[in-house]
Amino acid sequence: MMRLLAFYFIGLLFGAGISVSGMANPAKVINFFDVAGTWDPSLAFVMAGALAVTIPGYRILLRRAHPLADTRFHLPEAREIDLRLVVGSAIFGVGWGIAGFCPGGALPALGTGHLDVVIFVAAVVAGIVAARGPNIWRTVRPAEA
Amino acid sequence: METDFTPLASAFGGALIGASAVLLMLYAGRIMGATGILSGALFGPDRNWPLALIAGMATGPLALLALTGTLPAIDVPVSTLALVGGGFLVGLGVTWGAGCTSGHGVCGLARLSPRSMVAVPVFMLATALTVFVVRHVIGG
Repeated sequence: MMRLLAFYFIGLLFGAGISVSGMANPAKVINFFDVAGTWDPSLAFVMAGALAVTIPGYRILLRRAHPLADTRFHLPEAREIDLRLVVGSAIFGVGWGIAGFCPGGALPALGTGHLDVVIFVAAVVAGIVAARGPNIWRTVRPAEA
Repeated sequence: METDFTPLASAFGGALIGASAVLLMLYAGRIMGATGILSGALFGPDRNWPLALIAGMATGPLALLALTGTLPAIDVPVSTLALVGGGFLVGLGVTWGAGCTSGHGVCGLARLSPRSMVAVPVFMLATALTVFVVRHVIGG
């Protein structure tokens, strides 16, 4: 129970950060990318503020043998730059540009009770389920290599 | 619609996001990626801790309400169809691309992950092109 409470408070800190930063607001997100229109560069400051903490923070804490409440760090092990990564990221970008929400902005925004957020998150879940279904990449990879 | 330029609030919010990512790595050795956390809450193997994280995230706007008296602004300048279609593409893309703005951006770039260094410019460019087409080519 104490363990879940720790996760809850870490999530709360993330949700508060998203709320303060403006990342939960699709109008602000889309304006960040609308350089040719109603440009609002604020979100560059979100990324800069976050990286200013994570770059030194990770550097220091990843020297540890293991995290406080686990026997090892669960870091992504894939190193390969493959078609799946590039195409997937591009599709994410198109979806983000169309909807204006990204997953990190939408999950905290669920707490506002705004119906549009619920609709977006439900559509994201449908996309995740669809992507996990047929493995179309097994046939693509050898051809690419 | 225009939105206000908020460099201080955005940088401060970003620092809180970064602090939560560092705490999650310190405590549990996990990446603060919304995509991975949402997938974990849906498909496990251990669904409890991702669900606790998401519950905490969703309390964030209420914490802001308690502290400042206002919920964060959520202005949706797109149609419901765009939310559904865009959301579906986001779900597909983050699963195949193995991350989104938080996982690849805030965490992956900080770890100097080569995959994140490819993923972030690819999705930022795709998003910018999409916004340009939607707003200035189709929208006119």
